[in-house]
Amino acid sequence: MRKPLLSALLAAGIALLVSLPSNAAAKTDFNVCWTIYAGWMPWEYAQAQGIVDKWAKKYGIHIKVTQLNDYVESINQYTAGQFDGCTMTNMDALTIPAAGGVDSTALLVSDFSNGNDGIVIKGNGKTVADLKGMNVNLVELSVSHYLLARALDSVDLQEKDLKVINTSDADISAAFNTDAVQAVTTWNPMLADIKAKPGVTEVFDSSKIPGEIIDMMVVNTQTLKDNPALGKALTGAWFEVVALMGSQSAAGEAALEHMAKASGTDLAGFKAQLATTQLFRTPQQMLDFVNSPELPKTMDKVSGFSFEHGLLGQAAKDSSAIGMRFAHEVTRGDKGNLKLRFDPGYVQMAVDGKL
Amino acid sequence: MHLINRHPDRPTRLLLVILPFALLLCAYFFGSAQRLADNPNDKLLPSAVQMTDAVKRMAFSEDKRSGGYVLWQDTASSLRRLAIGLGVSAVVGLCLGIAAGTLPLFGAPLSPLLVVLSMVPPLAILPILFIVFGLGELSKVMLIVIGITPILARDLEQRAREIPVELLIKAQTLGASTWALILRVVLPQLLPRLLISLRLVLGSAWLFLIAAEAIASEDGLGYRIFLVRRYLAMDVILPYVVWITLLAWLMDWGLKQLTRRAFPWYEGARS
Repeated sequence: MRKPLLSALLAAGIALLVSLPSNAAAKTDFNVCWTIYAGWMPWEYAQAQGIVDKWAKKYGIHIKVTQLNDYVESINQYTAGQFDGCTMTNMDALTIPAAGGVDSTALLVSDFSNGNDGIVIKGNGKTVADLKGMNVNLVELSVSHYLLARALDSVDLQEKDLKVINTSDADISAAFNTDAVQAVTTWNPMLADIKAKPGVTEVFDSSKIPGEIIDMMVVNTQTLKDNPALGKALTGAWFEVVALMGSQSAAGEAALEHMAKASGTDLAGFKAQLATTQLFRTPQQMLDFVNSPELPKTMDKVSGFSFEHGLLGQAAKDSSAIGMRFAHEVTRGDKGNLKLRFDPGYVQMAVDGKL
Repeated sequence: MHLINRHPDRPTRLLLVILPFALLLCAYFFGSAQRLADNPNDKLLPSAVQMTDAVKRMAFSEDKRSGGYVLWQDTASSLRRLAIGLGVSAVVGLCLGIAAGTLPLFGAPLSPLLVVLSMVPPLAILPILFIVFGLGELSKVMLIVIGITPILARDLEQRAREIPVELLIKAQTLGASTWALILRVVLPQLLPRLLISLRLVLGSAWLFLIAAEAIASEDGLGYRIFLVRRYLAMDVILPYVVWITLLAWLMDWGLKQLTRRAFPWYEGARS
């Protein structure tokens, strides 16, 4: 009497296990995600105005562009395979998908932070050296943490000379209003908010390390290899929007206005954020940046920082654990474990007008 | 025989208890093995070996940067916050509950206030809590206190009202003052109920603790989970989740045993 019940349950369990989904290779439907940030708002416009659809149609595919509200979660979802592409910074691309064994390609190196990230201390006339012995609130292990480490390098201080307190980006503005918080490192739009308070000093910002905090559209390498149409459609859509933004025309202003609204600010506020974001306006500018010998050097610094903070995983023996590949066949790190690639191929097509 | 009348014997019961856990573990390790076969560096569903390594690293080897044992430091910080939070909530909740439930003059203003306060979602007023209590230990403990005290107080108020009126009248005819009545009749009746209420709010207390640690902290179990989430270190997160579950279960079991030992009459009186 009891046995049939048990075996039925077991059978149901096994059936459930066996029916887990498996992956398919060739496809026509793609999912990419992005999160709100000044440099990524063109994706919102491209999606809302059907520009992505138009380019996808040209290459006979479908691309669904989804906005996620949580930045880290969006990268985790991409790494887990829920999305074929996702917007992220160079450091997070190295430490989350690449360190997680998901071979990823930076399809579009869309901008670098040129003042969008900064360190603010309460009080007038402060300098980076004043950080010694202070508590600094920031999102630990993020680009803010990297910026702080680079700022400390500039005055020969080390991280152990101060105390880092992990604070969520959503609450950092409120935290700065409390007496206990003396210094923060954060990014826009929170940075603009905090800088605007009376009696504070911005002692360091990302314009002092230009080209080191890079924002990109990262795509799964295997998916891109199997489906070049995805790379072509995304690249085409991107440059169409960016060209429109820089066109100084009425349509360009309307596009900026649209993006400003979508990012929860007004046109003036959005333009102020764009001013500290070095957006590559033409395919040629982006190509030059990706081809430059500075990029591998920057990534060396980033992987050094990531290794010191244990971000490359427990198996990593040194900062070269994860291989990176750049333009002109330049590689860094373990050549047998290439997981992060900067591929100028699609930007080159845009430069040559072959899209 | 009707299904409702069929009872499992001892070995079958044991098997049925283990079965859902075994199925869950099976499903997990099957999925994990499948993902790791595709990509040996996959971080989403780590294998048992990877998690054991992570536990060894977090719990039994010195941290390179701070020189401490991370898991135990996190556990100590979190348990201290939780204990202070629960302790303060229990005392305040008990006082408010007794005052509102036995003394009509206190009950009139307190009851509606407690009802309203218990409806305020504490996580929604976090920025206010930061400004009032700062970002240190105080705000973390206060989040727990604000989150669970109104619930405890409301429950105890209700229990105090349920004490038979005859009992209170009898005590008064025997010459008890209000103070003596509260101390000798109401309080002993409510103490076991307080322990049971505490068991019920343990889950909420953990939730608030982890939320507080995720927002601004330098140690704690919630802090660690949200920190390593930044690089998808599920090999650390999953053992931490199991550890938190175990701690919560142990606390629940401890409170249950305490109720049984300290107030043996309570369960007897109900059955």
